Amino acid sequence: MASAVAKAPPQPPPRRRTPGAHRRRTGATPRRLPYLLIAPAGLLMLGFIAYPVISVFYYSLRHYNPTKPWRDGFAGFDNFVTAFTEDPQFWQTLGFSLQWVAVEVVLQLLLGLGLALIVNQTFIGRAMARALVFSPWAVSGVLTSTIWLLIFNSQTGITRYLADMGIGSYGTSWLSDTSTVFPAVVVAELWRGVPFFAILILADLQSVSKDLYEAAEVDGASRFRQFFHITLPHLKDAIILSTLLRAVWEFNNVDLLYTLTGGGPAGETTTLPLRIASIAVDSHDFGYASALTSIAFVILLFCSMVYLRLSKFGGQDK
Amino acid sequence: MAATTAPTRPRDGGPRAPKRRPWDEAPRWQIYLPLGLYLLFTIIPFYWMLLFAIRPAGSTSLLPWPITFEHFDKVWTERSFALFFQNSLIVGVLSMLMTTLVALAGGYALARFDFKIKRGFMLALLCSQFIPGALMLVPLFQIFANLQMINSLGSVIIAEAVFQLPLSMILISGFIKNVPYSLEEAAWVDGCGRFRAFCAVVLPLLRPGLIAVGSFAFVHSWNHFLFALMFLSNQDKQTIPVGLATLMGADSVDLGALAAGGVIAALPVVIVFAFIQKWLVTGFSAGAVKG
Repeated sequence: MASAVAKAPPQPPPRRRTPGAHRRRTGATPRRLPYLLIAPAGLLMLGFIAYPVISVFYYSLRHYNPTKPWRDGFAGFDNFVTAFTEDPQFWQTLGFSLQWVAVEVVLQLLLGLGLALIVNQTFIGRAMARALVFSPWAVSGVLTSTIWLLIFNSQTGITRYLADMGIGSYGTSWLSDTSTVFPAVVVAELWRGVPFFAILILADLQSVSKDLYEAAEVDGASRFRQFFHITLPHLKDAIILSTLLRAVWEFNNVDLLYTLTGGGPAGETTTLPLRIASIAVDSHDFGYASALTSIAFVILLFCSMVYLRLSKFGGQDK
Repeated sequence: MAATTAPTRPRDGGPRAPKRRPWDEAPRWQIYLPLGLYLLFTIIPFYWMLLFAIRPAGSTSLLPWPITFEHFDKVWTERSFALFFQNSLIVGVLSMLMTTLVALAGGYALARFDFKIKRGFMLALLCSQFIPGALMLVPLFQIFANLQMINSLGSVIIAEAVFQLPLSMILISGFIKNVPYSLEEAAWVDGCGRFRAFCAVVLPLLRPGLIAVGSFAFVHSWNHFLFALMFLSNQDKQTIPVGLATLMGADSVDLGALAAGGVIAALPVVIVFAFIQKWLVTGFSAGAVKG
């Protein structure tokens, strides 16, 4: 009996060709096959993700600034101490990052859920409506900035036309006023982010069995109750996955804020990644930038652990 | 007189008597009103960009009349968007191919085998989603500098492909899990090897999912800006997003040119999107959500 491979799933039959037929690549026995298949991905990720991550941690323990070679050397936890005790901007940017992520993700989730529920219905023009409301998903951060820069422009933007109608005043630039800049960037990012949630949630909505609703209908459950007892529980996994992916994405998102506000006015919209980029690029303090990166990384890793706990991802499902 | 046509459904606000409304049929206004508002929110920004791109400089009309292509002319030739477009296309297509092929192999292994490091590998895939790619620019820059790849599109292609890999692999393995294993086994019984069985049986069924993943990867690298900004300093190697950012950073922003550049940047992804839109949702329902 083939007891040695008892645990393995069924395998294709060994090839029984005529002895003259050339042997197959010797390495590709079923035991090695999975390793062979993940090797390209694994090597690429080792080289271009794992190694850089390790170097970031390594640099974070050093003074490393090409413009100040005399300071190079082992720094221990100096960089971290600096961040936590001597750098008020660190706390400010971290605070803004969290505020940005929280506001964006909550609003995007709620709007995306609503949108998905709507376009899941049958109505005339549904295909068209779906294509249209999902279309900003395909648009980049820089392009989103382009569009909203045109809208928020103080001379020819939408304020001008609103002022013509008696709303607001001429020459307002929402992006350079500290009281309006946050709502302005939030709206711009919402425009692009809501479709992401809507697409993922809609995808999951379509797998809810119609029978459940019919049964609930028979029992006289209201649409409201059907939503909370059937739809929402079914969507749980999709919501957790998309929320966490999006939260990380929004945390790391650089291009929109970089091009729309440059982190201004007065550092008002500087997220942690933006600040890290500016430390690395402008003052070349790679050691300190790496320390901040490590902190960001730990925060994000913590989120991924929460996700793992919540969803039991990566189980032995078949 | 009474309800002549439209038989089963009672009018809104009508007597709440027997609710025979399947879930699929909310009252019409509950669909069209919010949808209409959201459509406005979606479309107006696009319209705004198009408006600025095709109306003459200095015009403040809300209707694009007369139409002019001067702005396109300007960005395409003077601002070398023709070249940027070509570079973006090369980066997008090659990194998409690389991501999809590598993820297909890895995704198959994850879907069909149990092996020792599988859980660890899955964990690595997941964790890599939480790594700020933007924050690893310094080491990545050094790697590509050592490989003599700074200022060559290759660096951006590889970086984009690698950062798309984990999610693509998770998605593809989800798609493959949805193809019954018994189909493959049946092909083996008929004498196919594993590879032939895969190509003949699994691959055709995987098409919608592959299209979703591939287009996702293409759109991502077409749009992504940071790697191109950092690794390509030669102007003739730049990609479209960097070109746009440059236009925005100019001292006095030429809004017409910026809008025209934006339209050029949006065009390919909108076309890709229109083409794959119907597969997108089915693709994700098969792959993403199941993990």
